[in-house]
Amino acid sequence: MRRLRFHPCGNFNETYREELTIFETDFGRLSLLVGLILLFVVVPFISNAYILYIVNTIGIFAIAAIGLNLLIGYTGQISLGHGAFFGVGAYSAAILSTKAGFPFLIAVPLAGLITALVGMIFGTPSIRLKHLYLCIATLASQFILEYIFVQWEGLTGGAAGISIPAANLFGIDLGSDRNFFFVIFFCFSLMTWMAVNLTRTRYGRAFIAIRDNDQAAEGMGIPIFIYKLLAFGISSFYAGFAGALFAYYMISITPEPFGIWLSIEYIAMIIIGGLGSIPGSVFGTVFIVVLSEVLSNVTQYLMNISPSIGGAITIAPLREFVYGLAIVLFIIFEPKGLAEVWRIGRSSFRLWPFSY
Amino acid sequence: MEFFFQIVITGLSLGFLYALAALGFVMIFKSSSVLNFAHGGLMAIGAFLFLVLSAWARLPIWLAFLLTLIGSFSLGFIIERFFLRPLIGEALIEVIMLTLGLFYMIKGLLLFIFGGDLYSYPDFLPPVLTFHWGGIEVTGVYVATFIIGLIFLGLFGFFFKYSSQGIYMRSVADNQPAAMALGVHVRRVFALSWAIAALVAAMSGIVLGIINGINVHEVSDIGLKVFPVVILGGLDSIGGAVLGGIIIGLLETFTGGYISTGLREVIPYIALIIILLIKPYGLFGLVEIERV
Repeated sequence: MRRLRFHPCGNFNETYREELTIFETDFGRLSLLVGLILLFVVVPFISNAYILYIVNTIGIFAIAAIGLNLLIGYTGQISLGHGAFFGVGAYSAAILSTKAGFPFLIAVPLAGLITALVGMIFGTPSIRLKHLYLCIATLASQFILEYIFVQWEGLTGGAAGISIPAANLFGIDLGSDRNFFFVIFFCFSLMTWMAVNLTRTRYGRAFIAIRDNDQAAEGMGIPIFIYKLLAFGISSFYAGFAGALFAYYMISITPEPFGIWLSIEYIAMIIIGGLGSIPGSVFGTVFIVVLSEVLSNVTQYLMNISPSIGGAITIAPLREFVYGLAIVLFIIFEPKGLAEVWRIGRSSFRLWPFSY
Repeated sequence: MEFFFQIVITGLSLGFLYALAALGFVMIFKSSSVLNFAHGGLMAIGAFLFLVLSAWARLPIWLAFLLTLIGSFSLGFIIERFFLRPLIGEALIEVIMLTLGLFYMIKGLLLFIFGGDLYSYPDFLPPVLTFHWGGIEVTGVYVATFIIGLIFLGLFGFFFKYSSQGIYMRSVADNQPAAMALGVHVRRVFALSWAIAALVAAMSGIVLGIINGINVHEVSDIGLKVFPVVILGGLDSIGGAVLGGIIIGLLETFTGGYISTGLREVIPYIALIIILLIKPYGLFGLVEIERV
């Protein structure tokens, strides 16, 4: 066995291979292994149903948030329609499984592919538009898709929505939270692994080049339109995949959760987590989901102590206010998000006691 | 035929309302290139401030109106000073997200105080404003919208054309470094443009409240309708905002009247996508030529 590598006191990369490496030291690899074991072996067996539900929600949302970060954080194309794409994935999975009778194993990736297609169609304005014009165009696609969810009753069931039969994988019933946990986190690990590696390939580097300066990227021979569309496709695939898992997990879906608010929530996740950072997307998701649960518990608690106070505080306005406040504070005080906080915290431990 | 005219009148007044809302939006974009998602929030604050002052505190209407305008003017200053100024020179997404965050803070706060109910103002419009023309009745609120809209458009025209502050604003919009070199106080211009935009937003919120009554959700959603309007007219054109507002207003009422009421809510956004694909800089917007 080779010797464990420690962190050097500086960056002394001599080859591109060293610079591209994911784990700078073997401790990173070891801690990931420990983390994965804890996640898959310990978490599902020590948590109760409520905690497991939160963890599962985090897993599903984190997949979509990683997708959005690939689009906004890496390619620099702002999308305000991610919530609707998530909804497209959910509806595709529901329709594929109820109307066409596809099994879980096929319906979920297929829903991701359908969403990728829809995302690429709504990404076509990016041929000519960028920055705020693109941002407004994706806002419009959010409203148009929402309209389709509600109005195309033959396919989506209108406001009543669709109920989905319980998922079944290799003869194992996925109805329980614990069984579904393994599916979600297997997909989550796979998708994260793909995303981390994507950013190291020529595609990922082309995305970053487009974000940093699209004219220079074109000058270096990157066909930017194709890459922008590809970014929209990949990001929507992540959203659709997560949406499909969400549909199976929730068992029945209505148009309501896929509104503009969800898109804002996704952007909040990646802003708070850190733009252009895969772990950041996960941190942001954890932050937002836990914040939302804490708020709903606080309101319930207040309601129980005294109905007169609690009656006045309903969850929706409180949540909107606190989310807004969190976004504003993070942008003003820590624009690089929780990923940066994590990095600073880690390096101050590493450099202790000479942390300057 | 009567139905047709009724739709035209409703569309025009809705259009004027959108134009008023878009005016404040264009104001901010023109001077500081910030895409203000919080505009609906500013409208709602103005509308509810007026409600509190006129209906709850029972002040005379003119005083309530004046105080609302002063209040939102200072609110605009405060927002610019504490939230936008630290972000001068930051990436677009951060500025956009900041205004979105502000929007949800304002909306949450208002929902917290007023709930989701519909409120209406005391009836203060003189009945002479209502007139009949053949079989068509034009109610006072629509006439009032026209009048207020026209007054404000005129005022803005004069402000930008003749007042020194208006000329500073145009110079900053045109070329910021050059304006700075000539001694224009750019930060003051930014602050003033936010203050004026908040004032106009409050105005349009009040007008909306006179027409439909006010409800936190409804007023703040109008803030998003501003996007199709300003894109159609051109993001930095005041005349374009007015024309775009009227076109979108008519488009909406005609779709609602003749095709389907469900489509009415999304038709502006469908139009928006089409405009962006064909003519992204709108009817009167400044075309930035950039070849990639």
